[in-house]
Amino acid sequence: MYTAADLRKGLKITIDNEPYIITHFDFAKPGKGQALYRTKMKNMITGSTLDRTYRSGETFEPASLEDRVMQYLYKEDDHYCFMDNTTFEQIHISEDAMGDAKNYLIDNLQVDVLLFREKAIGVDVPNFVNLRVVQTDPWVKGDTSGSDSKPATVETGYVLRVPPFIEEGELITIDTRTGEYSTRVKG
Amino acid sequence: MTGSWPLARRSQALAQRGAIFTRIRMFFQGKGYLEVETPFRIPAPAPEAQIDAIPSDGWFLQTSPELCMKRLLAAGYSRIFQICRCWRAGERGTRHLSEFTMLEWYRAQADYRVLMDETEELVRAAAGIDSITYRGAKIDLSLPWERITVRDAFLRYTGTSAETALAAGTFDELMVEQIEPRLGIGRPTFIYDYPASCSALARLNAKDPSVAERFELYLGGLEIANAFSELIDPVEQRARFETEAAERASNGKHGYPMPEKFLAALADMPEAAGIALGLDRLVMVLLDADSIDDVVAFTTEEL
Repeated sequence: MYTAADLRKGLKITIDNEPYIITHFDFAKPGKGQALYRTKMKNMITGSTLDRTYRSGETFEPASLEDRVMQYLYKEDDHYCFMDNTTFEQIHISEDAMGDAKNYLIDNLQVDVLLFREKAIGVDVPNFVNLRVVQTDPWVKGDTSGSDSKPATVETGYVLRVPPFIEEGELITIDTRTGEYSTRVKG
Repeated sequence: MTGSWPLARRSQALAQRGAIFTRIRMFFQGKGYLEVETPFRIPAPAPEAQIDAIPSDGWFLQTSPELCMKRLLAAGYSRIFQICRCWRAGERGTRHLSEFTMLEWYRAQADYRVLMDETEELVRAAAGIDSITYRGAKIDLSLPWERITVRDAFLRYTGTSAETALAAGTFDELMVEQIEPRLGIGRPTFIYDYPASCSALARLNAKDPSVAERFELYLGGLEIANAFSELIDPVEQRARFETEAAERASNGKHGYPMPEKFLAALADMPEAAGIALGLDRLVMVLLDADSIDDVVAFTTEEL
């Protein structure tokens, strides 16, 4: 059982017997007033969204999902194909159901495929993934414009802000929970 | 270097934050205010129903320097300000840090209207410019700023009255969802005269005791400051604290010792007004930052 204080982006809860993932979360508290927990969440099966505001003290059931470790194989049209490492069974997941996880999918990546009543509805990628930078503008030494970050495209096509010293071809670590640059992989 | 990037990338924001703090200190020096420091760790915070202190070895981390600063007023200090850390348990979001920086100032022989004028001057001095851009929209800091009562704001923006909302228990929700996003758009807004029950330490309005002489300042939908004409009646203050403490107990929250030294000092306190201004949030607006995390050196999660 979760309480309102446990709510955060990425938490999966059950509402009306269906699994929802919290996509936006913020804490709000008017001066001297009571705490409110404002959420946007997505139905993990239908993809429909829901806005809800909760108060402290309210409780939630975790979403009853089963995880299975699988390997990413390839993308075909708008479906992603995964294989179970022990049974070699292959499954397809739609692009909509993938969410942000698709930003981090490189060949052979091990992911947790989420199953709700035997049906694959999404994947959990590792908290940190290493991806190679395929495009970013060079940093001009002595640049005094004061910009402390620049855009970079990684091998999956995902675009994020990186420090100015990152160059094309470098491997970087990304925190998949925030989608942000974490560190440069040395060597 | 690489592992410290989230910290290093804030260097410009922290430089601007420092400059804002310097301008604020110069403002108060110019107006004859004394900068004071009171202890962060105290035995008894104000027992407010909705503000939770973090325990510290039998005492508590202050939720605000309010009680100690008022004891200084009672001792004869007439214009004092403080920039300090405050702590509130469980408050974390894009506009909240559990440990945050507060600017509080108190002025004897003044009421909340005097403080509204002074707050305008202070914010303009802190900004150093006449207009700012926040979330793509201009906020003009030149006078006059908008002033609206809580009663009028409910009627204008929610279609219900503040009294009805209070009775139905939806006051805070309507405030957060319907009213706050419309305050301080285009120019800053003071929203004032809060229902008496929402103001544990404020003086009631003599002409209309259903409201307290309390105001909040909003910039770009963001609550920046909370102020009031101070309640200086120790008997009334004790009764208010007991009401708040009872509400804490009925919500299953831990109690606090009654702040007896503060209540004793209140008898000597002059007429005064005081204000608490969230400095991290002011810096957020002045720097057009999306999150409070962008304007502090470290967030809790980074420690």
